[in-house]
Amino acid sequence: MTSLLIRGANILGQEVGDIAISDGRFVDVTTLTSPDEVIDATGLIALPGLVDLHAHLREPGREDAETVLTGSQSAARGGFTAVHAMANTAPVADTAGVVEQVYHLGREAGYTEVVPIGAVTVGQKGTQLAELGAMARSAAGVTIFSDDGLCVFDPLIMRRALEYVKTFDGVIAQHSQEPRLTEGAQMNEGVVSAELGLPGWPAVAEEAIIARDILLAEHVGSRLHICHLSTKGAVDLVRWGKSRGVQVTAEVTPHHLMLTDELVRSFDPVYKVNPPLRTQADVDAVRAGLADGTIDIVGTDHAPHPSEHKCCEWTAAAMGMVGMETALPIVVEAMTDYDFGWADIARVMSRTPAEISGLREQGSLEIGTGANLVLVDPEASERITPGAHATMGRNNPFAGIEVSSRIVHTILYGHRVVTDSQLSDPHPITRGGTWIA
Amino acid sequence: MKHLLSTADLSRGDAIGLLDVAEEMTQVSTHSVKKLPVLRGHTVVNLFFEDSTRTRISFEAAAKRLSADVINFSAKGSSVSKGESLQDTAQTLGAMGADAVVVRHNGSGTPYRLATTGWIDAGVVNAGDGTHEHPTQALLDSFTLRRTLTGSPASGPGGNARGTDLASTTVAVVGDILHSRVARSNVHLLTTLGARVVLIAPPTLLPWGVETWPAEVFYDFDEALDAHDFDAVMMLRVQFERMHQSFFPNTREYSRLWGMTSARYNRLPEHTAIMHPGPMNRGFEICAQAADSPRAVILNQVENGVAVRMAVLYSLLTGKEGAL
Repeated sequence: MTSLLIRGANILGQEVGDIAISDGRFVDVTTLTSPDEVIDATGLIALPGLVDLHAHLREPGREDAETVLTGSQSAARGGFTAVHAMANTAPVADTAGVVEQVYHLGREAGYTEVVPIGAVTVGQKGTQLAELGAMARSAAGVTIFSDDGLCVFDPLIMRRALEYVKTFDGVIAQHSQEPRLTEGAQMNEGVVSAELGLPGWPAVAEEAIIARDILLAEHVGSRLHICHLSTKGAVDLVRWGKSRGVQVTAEVTPHHLMLTDELVRSFDPVYKVNPPLRTQADVDAVRAGLADGTIDIVGTDHAPHPSEHKCCEWTAAAMGMVGMETALPIVVEAMTDYDFGWADIARVMSRTPAEISGLREQGSLEIGTGANLVLVDPEASERITPGAHATMGRNNPFAGIEVSSRIVHTILYGHRVVTDSQLSDPHPITRGGTWIA
Repeated sequence: MKHLLSTADLSRGDAIGLLDVAEEMTQVSTHSVKKLPVLRGHTVVNLFFEDSTRTRISFEAAAKRLSADVINFSAKGSSVSKGESLQDTAQTLGAMGADAVVVRHNGSGTPYRLATTGWIDAGVVNAGDGTHEHPTQALLDSFTLRRTLTGSPASGPGGNARGTDLASTTVAVVGDILHSRVARSNVHLLTTLGARVVLIAPPTLLPWGVETWPAEVFYDFDEALDAHDFDAVMMLRVQFERMHQSFFPNTREYSRLWGMTSARYNRLPEHTAIMHPGPMNRGFEICAQAADSPRAVILNQVENGVAVRMAVLYSLLTGKEGAL
């Protein structure tokens, strides 16, 4: 039974006001006469807690890269009050047992709401549907299914998966990568790959799958979510799909909004990622697509790797970048040239991802919903320093970049998990409670 | 010059300087003792993650003629095959006092990584990285071209190629451009030295975006021969593993369309030099008549490779760019 009053926050960058929280929910300010705690939020932007639809927390299996605890702490520091844990763990999250394990680890950590994503196919092998219904009806309540890291390339399996998850209003989140066109691929196929002699990952390998899947989703009337799209052509296809009324949502990562394949000239594997960094024309297109709503959300594709998988030659290095702690500041920087305010940030990083996932207590500052909130200093001047981050992964490609916004406080169901940009105690759920008392 | 990673890093002056030092190096073979004492006490490590006996022994001969100590480190049968990382390998070689590391690797960019990570404080020579670059091959090709263009002996001591570039010459590079580090290094260096580069290949074996390269591209070998009076035609080796990946229907068709056949050989101008980085697939990309003809400078290329690599090691390890 605790209450909290946030005083003088700039709510969604639109109006200054107070926010009242009691017992883990937003409540009417006038009902909170004697709060247990008051936060002076003068000069800070209040947004609903961020929701990441795409993160790799690595546990179970690769606890040397990240654990659900360190990943949750990283999420909290990045302002995320809910994080979706991708299924490519070891064992793969393709059964109710594994998704429940991740779900419970998230509650034991208590720094963010960890929402497991289930694999579409057994072992992510692309040949046989995993027990999607069992995962949906488990304690974890899985609604998003993805073989992320691998593409559900068989069109018949993809069709069946799209149809089957309608049983529980699920969504298939596709990693769009035509496997034959990307054999041995090391970077974007383009002028830079030609010069560097690195096998290329052509845009068409992404776009061909997106086009196919939009048509499949239209044919069977199912929900399709496109993970981390990265090319101009992909944005055009999603725009076309939406114009036809297809239930398609699309995601872009902070790094695809910011970085290009020119960085690969350094051969520094911190820039090695799947899908690869593309060209400036692609960066411009995904920014425009995010601004005009073609791209629905930002997902981080946070992918920590131990240093030995990155401190090596390019061709031997693992693909992936961390990004939860830098997502919001980077998106703000990437979108400065667009008419893209804090309410838009809240839409693409909180409200819409919560809607896609069906998280009713996230993504909103409405009275009565879960008190998930982040307070951001919009005039900080910070240099990104990966060594200071809570994630175990040091493979952050934004090291050294100056950003203007900083996460100051993260409030998870009424409990401050980040205070003055530092981790505080986890949510009391760790002691066996529930998110909302 | 601390490292030699890419011919794109070489200015015209750098390149001519290296080729001129290589000219000096050819004189060593006229000495009664075919050795110079200039790198005594220096250790050169040949770090070969990929088999290449020809390139390794060429570097070894070059280092030994300069009196350096040579250590050959082959990844096969070493700790690398047991999973040792590049970082540990590099640091181990550094701890043993390597002054220069000549690295061959099947991954593009590995020499660049060794030179920029601070794992080892040695000069790095790229002896071929993946499908990226092979700068000493391009240097020896330009060295050989300079010789033939100035009417000098194609290899060995003598001649009057010093100080010259390749201005107003036209060089064809034929074959698997896509997977060729030799082609990439040559496109940079030939262009820097003023030559016009013509690439001839099936579209499947050209990199995406090749139109941005400083080169003219032909799919049809015969059209290219009609259009240009080539000073040299450089035939590239087609790797055996490419022959069954649908880059072209079969070896016979490739040979007919992109091989240096007798018919094409016979229509070449008298002065056209025939080059090949070796090893050759005789009867496939090049016919025996062309390979064994007086216009072929293929063995001269091999011979010049030692002089060029001597020049590179000398320049890297002594920091001197001029004559001896």
